[in-house]
Amino acid sequence: MLFYDTELRSRLMLGTAQYPSPDVLAEAVRASGTELVTVSLRREGSSAQGGVTAGQSFWSLIRGLGVRVLPNTAGCHSVREAVTTAQMAREVFGTDWIKLEVIGESDTLTPDVFGLVEAARILTEDGFRVFPYTTEDLVVAERLLRAGCEVLMPWGAPIGSGRGLNNPWALRALRAHFPEVPLVVDAGIGLPSQAAAAMEMGYDAILLNSAVAQAGDPVAMARAFRLAIEAGQAARLADPMEPREMASPSTPVLGRAFV
Amino acid sequence: MTTPLSVLVRGGGVAGLCCAVTLAERGVAVTLAEAGPAIGSGASWKAGGMLAPWCEAENAPPGLTEMALPSLDWWRRQVPDTRAAGTLVLALGRDAGELNRMARRTTGHQTLDGAGIAALEPELDGRFGRGLFFPGEAHLDPRRALPALAERLGALGGRVILRQPDLPPGRFDRVVDARGIAAQAVLPALRGVRGEMLLMRAHGVALHRPIRLLHPRYPVYLVPRDDGVFMLGATMIESEERGPPRLRSMMELMSAAFALHPALAEAEILEIAADLRPSFGDNMPRLDTAGDIVHVNGMFRHGYLLAPALAVRLADALLGPRPA
Repeated sequence: MLFYDTELRSRLMLGTAQYPSPDVLAEAVRASGTELVTVSLRREGSSAQGGVTAGQSFWSLIRGLGVRVLPNTAGCHSVREAVTTAQMAREVFGTDWIKLEVIGESDTLTPDVFGLVEAARILTEDGFRVFPYTTEDLVVAERLLRAGCEVLMPWGAPIGSGRGLNNPWALRALRAHFPEVPLVVDAGIGLPSQAAAAMEMGYDAILLNSAVAQAGDPVAMARAFRLAIEAGQAARLADPMEPREMASPSTPVLGRAFV
Repeated sequence: MTTPLSVLVRGGGVAGLCCAVTLAERGVAVTLAEAGPAIGSGASWKAGGMLAPWCEAENAPPGLTEMALPSLDWWRRQVPDTRAAGTLVLALGRDAGELNRMARRTTGHQTLDGAGIAALEPELDGRFGRGLFFPGEAHLDPRRALPALAERLGALGGRVILRQPDLPPGRFDRVVDARGIAAQAVLPALRGVRGEMLLMRAHGVALHRPIRLLHPRYPVYLVPRDDGVFMLGATMIESEERGPPRLRSMMELMSAAFALHPALAEAEILEIAADLRPSFGDNMPRLDTAGDIVHVNGMFRHGYLLAPALAVRLADALLGPRPA
């Protein structure tokens, strides 16, 4: 699967926050088979005194994982903050990929879609490859594409909620409207079955963090998600049968009298 | 009589002091060198001082509880005002699921209903319907415990040198490096995990044991100390920035405290502080020998909980296991 100009074979993208320890994180990354991890810059180390060095130890751990890094702007509440954080991320990780989050409401971490579109436009013009964390709204998706995004990352449910796919109908509609755009379900996934369901709908990848990091055994859960995402994708490719309506007995049944 | 082994312990935080006292109790001539102007100039001074072998197991590698258990007795012996009042774990309304998770992933607890919580902490009557109580846990005040250890070291014939960041003059048979994050230059695997805390005095608020408030994003704990003082902690940020606490972190801690017990709104803020927890990749401490130097480091958030165990390992490594 191509994300911008880069081929990623694994359809699982993994966040790096909230693991019991960096060792567990590294093992979970290996078990997940992921080729892309996200990392937050805002909280981890940006500072007046520390500059971009304060998070160095953790960031070098991330770089040492041997997979591609997708820095994110988690925790940014304004266009300006998000743009500045993205620019810092480009320096720290030497990548023009950015997972763009502009948060509009701090309890549910709902995206501020207006700010998101604006920041996406600014960053795209500045040469960034933007992965926008958005809602399942079709029109917002359209605007993000127009702003230059070539990937869309709608939420399944609020970040960290583990509620799965809150609005499957809208996620299906998004898939149907943008058959050629790489679509990633980002946030809200709690269980492997939910990730499989999104893949069966035709989503191209799943981005996870809490579901793995906060499991009792993050490494085992990472493996479970890898299997589920592979299963969901394989099922999609295998062209599932159509479910049949068996509740209304319209078809003649052999051996039973018609009444 | 043979000349006692002479050991220099570098670092006057909880790791260094536990090692120094344990070695001195076993007949070693101990010199402790602290870089700062006083005992407790580093991260240990800002710690909560919770002795929570069961609660802390929630997010730690297996074996932590077992390793930590002897610490309870060790501290009670060294610091008589160590309090064995247990730990109360609570969650606010919609975060009740967090209690289920905590209960599944830990042992050594009882489930309490509202009445059970009120029986332990009358001021919380009516505020929480369910909680977990870890009766075997304890807590101490680091700002009493560390000076008490330094005093004990003196009584055992040990020596404390302050303002000594470098190796002091003199010959030592062995050096124990327990400098925490300051040893990062010689321990490249060591990283700092930033923590921010707050001390306050709440007149007339009586809580008797550490209370942990579970939250998916900002878990906090409140540890009561003498004279109405409470320690509120602590953030865990993968950053090595040592600057002052951030407004956002303080807001998170204070909002959680207010949600726990609204009477804390009128507390006087005595101090806010930030420092770095010295941590290895698995967030567990290590004892590493490099020539004549033994490194005792990587206490992460478990300095008071695990330093006594590390000190015993150190003493066994230097002196041979103590006869049973």
